[in-house]
Amino acid sequence: MSEGLRGVVVSHGGLAAAMVQAVEQISGVTGVLFPVSNTGCDPESIERRLAEAVGEGPAVVFVDLPSGSCFFAAMRAHKSQTELPVVTGVNLPMLVDFVFHRGATAEEAARRAAAKGGEAIRTR
Amino acid sequence: MSLVLHRIDDRLIHGQVVIGWGRPLDVGFIALVDDQVAGSDWEQDLYRMGVPPEVEVFFASVIDAARLAPEWRADPRSGIVLTADIATMVAFRQKAPPVEEVNLGGLHHKPGRSLRLPYVYLTDDEYRSLEALQASGTRVTAQDLPTTAAVPLEALA
Repeated sequence: MSEGLRGVVVSHGGLAAAMVQAVEQISGVTGVLFPVSNTGCDPESIERRLAEAVGEGPAVVFVDLPSGSCFFAAMRAHKSQTELPVVTGVNLPMLVDFVFHRGATAEEAARRAAAKGGEAIRTR
Repeated sequence: MSLVLHRIDDRLIHGQVVIGWGRPLDVGFIALVDDQVAGSDWEQDLYRMGVPPEVEVFFASVIDAARLAPEWRADPRSGIVLTADIATMVAFRQKAPPVEEVNLGGLHHKPGRSLRLPYVYLTDDEYRSLEALQASGTRVTAQDLPTTAAVPLEALA
């Protein structure tokens, strides 16, 4: 069980902060998601910001794109730390679901979040 | 010559390089010149994830890049030479001339560096190194994306 499981949202520009704010506004749950921006960062700076946001863990890292500097920083952190799964293509539905389902392991929470995020993409 | 861009960017492969420059230049390959990455299979696999399958990525140390540069220049596809720091690009220029122009695409804040542009921070020594590079015949400009104006080195003093 990982009641202390946190989500770290890593993005280009101000997207992560805006997404975290939106999830808190929708869910009323605060203090669970932590935004990290790559603005003004070289690779080491992003990794440092990410490490600070992850803290002692466990955590799930949500990244905007499945490539690029945010993704590379997340993958380097994932390589060096256990219980730090990475979910790419972050969207609001997966984050809203995540804040209400943090009782599982980080791996299980990551798989669920990815599935929920995918289910939310539809065409009409 | 098929090397259409020589870029210094401490993020190496990322969206601005692959999409911002890669698409308008119709890039077919990226030559990532970095001694550390050239020695790490894991890092190479990671950077390969950042490019579409139609773009080939070559990883080379500075020494190997100097040997491979004639092949890259003879390649019928358009290519980008990418380094993470000034010293590596200067070494490549010295060992594999000519390089007509170098693009400063991203050098971010570190202790000792000062703001020159929002995406370019330099120490005084780094600026002088770029001045020497330009004096040797390689034009140096800063430009994060092709849709923005190129900034001459002199404006970064």
